[in-house]
Amino acid sequence: MDIPYTVAIRPDTGLYNAKVGIWLFLASEVMLFGALFSAYILLRVGAQDDFWPHGWLNIPLGTLNTLVLITSSITTVLAWASCKMNQFGRFKVFHACTLILAATFVGIKSYEYHDKFTHYEITLNDGRIADGHLLESKPDRVVIRGRFVADRKDLFDLRAPTASHKHEEITLPRADIKRMESYGPWHHTYLAIYFTLTGLHALHVIGGAIVIGFLWGPGSRLWRRDPERFTNRVEISGLFWHFVDMVWIFLFPVLYLI
Amino acid sequence: MPAAPPTAIHPPVHPPDQEEGAFWSKYVFSTDHKVIGLQYGMTALFFLLFGFILMVIMRWQIAHPGQPVPLVGPLLASVLGDTAAKGTISPDLYNSFGAMHGTIMVFLAIVPLAFGAFGNYLVPLQIGAPDMAFPRVNMASYQFYVIGGIIMFVSFFIPGGAAQAGWTSYPPLAESIPTDGQTFWLIGMVFLITSSLLGAVNFIATVIQLRAPGMTWMRLPFFVWAQFVTGFLLLLAFPPLEAAGIMQLMDKVAHTSFFLPTGLAVGGQLADASGGGSPLLWQHLFWFLAHPEVYVLILPAMGIVAEIIANNTRKPLWGYRSLVYSALSIGFLSFIVWAHHMYLTGMGTSISTFFQTTTMLISIPSVIILTCMFISLWGGAIRFTTPMLFVIAFLPMFGIGGLTGLPLGLSTSDIHLHDTYYVIAHFHYIVAPGTIFALFAGIYYWFPKVTGRMMNDFWGKVHFWCSLIFMNLIFQPMFAQGMAGMLRRMADGGANYSQARVPEAVGGLSAGVMGLHTYILWAAVALGIAQVPFILNFFWSIGHGRTVDCDNPWEATTLEWQTPTPPPHGNFTTPPVVRRGPYEYSVPGQERDFTPQNELVPEITASP
Repeated sequence: MDIPYTVAIRPDTGLYNAKVGIWLFLASEVMLFGALFSAYILLRVGAQDDFWPHGWLNIPLGTLNTLVLITSSITTVLAWASCKMNQFGRFKVFHACTLILAATFVGIKSYEYHDKFTHYEITLNDGRIADGHLLESKPDRVVIRGRFVADRKDLFDLRAPTASHKHEEITLPRADIKRMESYGPWHHTYLAIYFTLTGLHALHVIGGAIVIGFLWGPGSRLWRRDPERFTNRVEISGLFWHFVDMVWIFLFPVLYLI
Repeated sequence: MPAAPPTAIHPPVHPPDQEEGAFWSKYVFSTDHKVIGLQYGMTALFFLLFGFILMVIMRWQIAHPGQPVPLVGPLLASVLGDTAAKGTISPDLYNSFGAMHGTIMVFLAIVPLAFGAFGNYLVPLQIGAPDMAFPRVNMASYQFYVIGGIIMFVSFFIPGGAAQAGWTSYPPLAESIPTDGQTFWLIGMVFLITSSLLGAVNFIATVIQLRAPGMTWMRLPFFVWAQFVTGFLLLLAFPPLEAAGIMQLMDKVAHTSFFLPTGLAVGGQLADASGGGSPLLWQHLFWFLAHPEVYVLILPAMGIVAEIIANNTRKPLWGYRSLVYSALSIGFLSFIVWAHHMYLTGMGTSISTFFQTTTMLISIPSVIILTCMFISLWGGAIRFTTPMLFVIAFLPMFGIGGLTGLPLGLSTSDIHLHDTYYVIAHFHYIVAPGTIFALFAGIYYWFPKVTGRMMNDFWGKVHFWCSLIFMNLIFQPMFAQGMAGMLRRMADGGANYSQARVPEAVGGLSAGVMGLHTYILWAAVALGIAQVPFILNFFWSIGHGRTVDCDNPWEATTLEWQTPTPPPHGNFTTPPVVRRGPYEYSVPGQERDFTPQNELVPEITASP
C-alpha cells in the first residue's frame, strides 16, 4: 500500500503531504507562542508601576545571538538550494555551519542563564539591599560583586540616567542576611516569562538541531536512494528552523529592548 | 429488513505488507488507521465507563452525604486509604472525583471517541484514501493519548490523590492545594494535548491531500466536513492551553507567580511567592481552549447524525451547503466566545457585552444545522433502526441543551444561574443525550462495517429507550435545582444551605429541591444498568451477531460501504473514482433508491 503524494506534488493543491503537515504544525506553534506573548502583555500591563524591570538583560549578547540565528537561517536555505541543484557536498558544508551556529546560540544562551542564576538580591537585617553576582559562598559569609541600594525600586530600571553601575566586592556575614534570592524564574514575573519563553524557544532550537543533525549525518543516506524525498525532508526541517528563528526575532525586542 | 442489495461480497484480501500472526505489529503498534481507530475506541469506552462510575459514587455522596458507599465503599477504603475511611467519601475525595470526572469525560472519553475513533476509522474511508497522510504520526498520537490517560489514572493512587480543583483547574486554588495531584494533571494534559495536536495535523492534511479523484470539497460527506472543522479547532485552540499548562507547571515546580497575585494569602499566611501574577490570565487561556472544545465535542456528533439521517430517511440531506457553511462559521466563531464563561470574574461589562454578542451570533449556525436535520426528516421513508432512534432522540435533546444555554450566554441572567446545577444540566444535555447518543448511534451504524456482523436490534432498542428515559430523569430535575439556587461542586449536595439545617435562613434550599437528589441518584444507577445490554450486545455481537450478507447492509451511498468487510489494510480493492455527491438517495429514474458515490450508472437523459 502506498500513500499518494508523499513525494510527488498533488496537482490541485500544489503541495506534497508533509508540507501541508508542517504548515499546520507551525500554525499551532504560532498559537502556542502567541499565548505566551499574550501572557507577557497581560503581566506587564498589570504590573505595579516602577516594578517592571528594564535593562536586566545583556543587549550586545542578545544582538549577537540574533545575528547567529539569522545567519543559520541563511545557511539552511543554501543547504536546501544545494540539494535542489544536486550538489550534495555543498549541502553538507552549509548544514554543518547551521549546526555550529545552533550550538553557538545555545552556548550563548546558557551563559546568559548562568549569569542570572548567580545573580543575587540579598536583603539585610538592617533593611539595606545588596545586589550582585556571587563570588564566594561560605558557611559564615557571602562575597558578591555588586552594590548596595536603599530602595528596592532602584534595582528595576538599570537604564535610567541615575542608575548606578559602580560594582565593588562586598563581603556580607551570614548573620546579617535576612533573605537571599537569585534571579531565577521565581524572582519576578518578568523573569518567569523570560525563562519560560526563552526556555521553550531553546528547546525548539535543540529539537530542530537534532532533526537537522540527523539529516546531516545518518539520515543523509536517503540522498543516494531517493534524492527528491531527501530534499523534501531538508525543506520541511528548514521551514521549522525558519519559524524558530522568527520566534527569536520577536523575543529579542520584547524581552531585551522594550 | 430491506431486500438484499446487489453488491457482492468481496473475497478476503491479504495485502502483502500485512503479515499474518504478527500480533504486536498488527494490533498494538499498528499504523493502519482502522486499527488505531479501534484502539482509540476501546480505550475511550473504558474511560467513559470509568468516568461514569466516578459520577455514580458522587451522586451517592450528594444524596447521602457522609454515609458509606454501598458495594464499592470497602474497595475505595482499601485502595485509597484515609480519604475514603470506612467507605465514606471525604470532601477532598469528592473534589478529586469531580475534577477527574470532568477531565476524563472530556479529554479521555468523548473527544478520543468522537475524533480519535470515529474520525480515524471513517475519514480515510469516506474520502477514498488508503490510509491517513502520516500513519506513523497517527500511531504516535494514540500512544501519547494512552500515556496521558495512564498519568491521569495513576494520580488517584499517589499520596493526596488526584487533582481537586475542577476540570478547569483555576489558580490560585489549583496551585495552593498542597498535593501533587495537580502536577500529575498538568503533565497528563501536556501528553493529551500533544496527542490531539498530532491527530489534528494528520486529519487536516489527509482531507486536503488524500481525497480520491472526483471527491471535490462539496462532494465530501458532512461527517468529513465536521471532522475537518474539528481538526482546526483542536489545532489552534489547544496550544494556548498547553502554554497555560506550562505556566501553571512552572508555578507548581519552579515557584514562579504567573497566576499568583501580589499579597495572596494561603491558610492565613502570606504565600511565599514573588506575586504580580494574574488569576484571570489562566481563565482566559483555559477558556480559549475550552470553548472551542465544546464544539469539538458536538461537531463530530453532528456529522454522525447527518450520515445516519440521510441513510435512514432515504433522501438527500436538506441544505447540505448550509450545513457545511454553518459548520465553518461555528468553527470560526467558537474562537471569539470564550469569555462568556467569565461574566462573574470582574473582567468588565464592556468585554461582557462583546462576548454576549458573539455568543448570540454563534447560536445562529447551530440552529441552522439543527433545522436542516429536522427538515431532512420531512417526507422521508424513515427506517426506525436502532441507530436512527438514537439520532431522532439526539435532535430534541440537543435542542434542549442548546436553548437552555441562551440564558447562560446573557450576562444578566447568568448572574443568577452561574455555577449552579442549571449549568450542569445544560451542558450535560448537549454532551450526554446529545453527543453520547450520536456516538451510540454511530457504533450501532458502523458495527457491521467493522466486524461483518450486526448488533442485536431488540437489545439495541431496549438500550435506547432506557437510556433516553433515565438520561432525562437525571438531568431534567437539575434545571429546577439550579434555578432554586443550588450550587454545583458542593461535597454535601447543598445540605449546609438547606432549610432543614438552617430554618431561619432566607432562600434556603427547600426539602423538595433537596429531595430530588435521591431521584437523580436512582436514575443514575438505572442508567448504569441500562448500559449492561449495550456492553453485552457489543461484545457478544463481535463473535456471534448475525453476519451481514453484503458489504453495504444499510444500502448507503458513501464510500466506506464500497469496501470489503472489514476493510483490509489499504482499504479499497481498486482505487475509487467519485462521480457524484454524498447523499444520492431516491434519485428519480434510478433502479434502486441509493446511488453510491463511486458507481458508474447510465446517464438519465429524460424522465419517462
